[in-house]
Amino acid sequence: MPTATFRVRRFDPALDVGRPPRFDEFAVPYDGSLTVLEALFSIQEQQDGSLAFRYCCRAAVCGSCAMYIDHRYRLACQTNLRHLHGRVITVEPMPHLPLVKDLVCDMDAFFAKYEAVKPWLIRVSEPLEREIEQTPAGRKRLDMPIDCILCGACYSSCPSVWTEAHYLGPAALLKAYRFEVDSRDEARRERLPAWANERGVYRCHTITNCSEACPKELDPTEAIQWLKRAAVRRRLFGMRK
Amino acid sequence: MPHHQLIVVGGGLAGLRAAVEAKAAGVDVAILSQVHPGRSHSGAAQGGINAALANHPDGRDDTPQKHAFDTVKGSDYLADQDAVACMCEDAPRAIFEMEHWGCPFSRDEDGRIAQRPFGGAGYPRTCYGADKTGHYLLHTLVERAYERRLTMYIEVFVVSLIVDDGRCRGVVAYDMLRGGFEAFTADAVIMATGGAGRLFGNSTNAIISTGGGAAIAYRAGVPVKDMEFIQFHPTGLLTTNILMTEGARGEGGYLINDRGERFMRRYAPKAMELAPRDITSRSIQTEINEGRGIGGKGYVYLDLRHLGADRILEKLPGIRDLAIHFEGVDPIEAPIPIVPSQHYTMGGIDTDMDGRTRLPGFFAAGECACVSVHGANRLGGNSLLETIVFGRRAGAAVAAELAGACSGGDAAAAGRQAIAEIERRVADLVARGADGVDPYAVRAGMTATMKDHFGVFREDGQMRVGLERLTLLKERCAAIGLRHAGGVFNLDLMRTLEIEGMVDLALTVACGAIARTESRGSHARTDATARDDAEWLKHTVATSAEEGPRLDYRPVTLGAFEPKERVY
Repeated sequence: MPTATFRVRRFDPALDVGRPPRFDEFAVPYDGSLTVLEALFSIQEQQDGSLAFRYCCRAAVCGSCAMYIDHRYRLACQTNLRHLHGRVITVEPMPHLPLVKDLVCDMDAFFAKYEAVKPWLIRVSEPLEREIEQTPAGRKRLDMPIDCILCGACYSSCPSVWTEAHYLGPAALLKAYRFEVDSRDEARRERLPAWANERGVYRCHTITNCSEACPKELDPTEAIQWLKRAAVRRRLFGMRK
Repeated sequence: MPHHQLIVVGGGLAGLRAAVEAKAAGVDVAILSQVHPGRSHSGAAQGGINAALANHPDGRDDTPQKHAFDTVKGSDYLADQDAVACMCEDAPRAIFEMEHWGCPFSRDEDGRIAQRPFGGAGYPRTCYGADKTGHYLLHTLVERAYERRLTMYIEVFVVSLIVDDGRCRGVVAYDMLRGGFEAFTADAVIMATGGAGRLFGNSTNAIISTGGGAAIAYRAGVPVKDMEFIQFHPTGLLTTNILMTEGARGEGGYLINDRGERFMRRYAPKAMELAPRDITSRSIQTEINEGRGIGGKGYVYLDLRHLGADRILEKLPGIRDLAIHFEGVDPIEAPIPIVPSQHYTMGGIDTDMDGRTRLPGFFAAGECACVSVHGANRLGGNSLLETIVFGRRAGAAVAAELAGACSGGDAAAAGRQAIAEIERRVADLVARGADGVDPYAVRAGMTATMKDHFGVFREDGQMRVGLERLTLLKERCAAIGLRHAGGVFNLDLMRTLEIEGMVDLALTVACGAIARTESRGSHARTDATARDDAEWLKHTVATSAEEGPRLDYRPVTLGAFEPKERVY
């Protein structure tokens, strides 16, 4: 059986704080098909039980296993050897995020910023007996942002996040957009102040790393530009959405 | 030692819905989850969620009673009809609630929630958001959890219950980010940890769907029910068993054998591809067994090409992406190779309609529980519904119970004792270390045994060989060694600790299946092909005993629908 070599970035909080990056190499046999996530399990079970990584659905929908694989943001579960060129594969945690262990990043700040944009539907009308109606065209505007799996790839890739710790970043702003474009949302001033400021949309310099990094091929940059226009519109024409 | 009135274990749909309900009633509740709740396996559900909304032009006559009938018939009459009625009557309210909370359901031209046909349903009753309904529902409830400021302990891995004086008083968990074990005491616990798909080597389920919650409960003496009923989804991707939604057939997809035939004609001439999952999976397996798989091999095709690119891109974009990324096939251009794959655990922790179990203070909801609304075969679109209906009921039941009672007193001593027990267990595992039995060899042996011996078709001799293997594996569990001790995010520790419980659950499946000498729903025996209502119209209840599972039986709650032969 052929083997592929995985160069895996290691980090043990008990040993490696302040030290230069350390890589371990593991040879993993494969039979036609092998995903990076399968390779990591093979290593963890058979070669080094201490290897740490996040996982859950293995079907590209839970957002657990975003990593930096051969210097690109990818989901480990969705990345098969047939998608990669060489048979030496470099696997690193998402860069620019604090590390917990090995391939596991600290996502606390990421989720704190998600929470900061009030990522929920805001209604002020009396509750209806039935569904709130929405036209198919209105629903279609949600298609892009609701596919976000909160994997953090966009957030890790954004130079504005690297240089401004308080910047909300592309994922949280995409979530704000998801609700601002929803015809059912009745937020007026509740959400706007969270994102229409220098720590929100105005910190985006349209570098577009986020849209390139997204493993679901979403476009946070476009969403942020929409929010910028919406903020201006609301300032000029009142608070109507 | 953290204390909350209510601990909910699991942050998927059932756990979140339970916690939101309890919190709204003023209960101090905390969710413990091994992954961020937004990563839970509920999010992998695709096709939709059933409710008799009568939105579809072909479904104007639909009613909750018809939904209940389809569910009971689909269950092969093993579901408890009072629980089914409760679920189906509550379904429209539950759907509208999720919609009011922001769930982005697809819409019909009138702006109403769109509905599609699904297997075993008399009307187009399945509400959907493209083919990502679970993802949308899950994120909606996660968003609601943040809005309600629910307390969430994320990346804590629950390993055991704290039981004091005959009452559940909390859980012990491994704190993945800090390392080490911690006791979380409570006045009540709701288990909502999902299914046990990963007992099988060919599951559609997430890797974390190991049956952990049901195993922890079972090992603490709480009975599990109807474990022999394992659903095989007709259409898992050939190489990975990743789910291809039933919605693909709901939108008009065909199942095709090597001769190019729509073979469902032979098995369900009226329902065709939209027969219930048990019947469709058996039909595919029969085609394969009789040599009509593609190229004589072990798979058939799910063919969507005639739907056209527009319909596929609008209604089934998610499964198109999955087929491209994981199978290298674009369904617009080529048929998808599929194989029946383990998909759902109909059985689970034995509960009543409010999630109560035999252990006071301990509740369960969602796939880890068995109410039972699915009986011997679950209909597609009913599992998401079960999570939000019975999750809510469990949350409300705990709130009502706690409102009338004074606190059960300090459980800290019991918590410390439970931590000491798990630490002793870990010390034993570490002492055996690399000289002990390889935990992953036990896991691989179990998953292969379940796949090969307790699959779509079952037979006494084959199952008994499987049981022997499981019994040997269970013995080897006592000698397992842990190679990597201590530290944070210790996957070796977590995955080793759960193996014995997985084997215990596998034994309940095996023993229940061998004992049940009939065919009903998903439990299809080649040596007892008929349903036997005289002898077997009853639930299997398995209790942990020294020698293995002890089986008892309980009558099914019947109602308006008399058991009849199932024809589709």
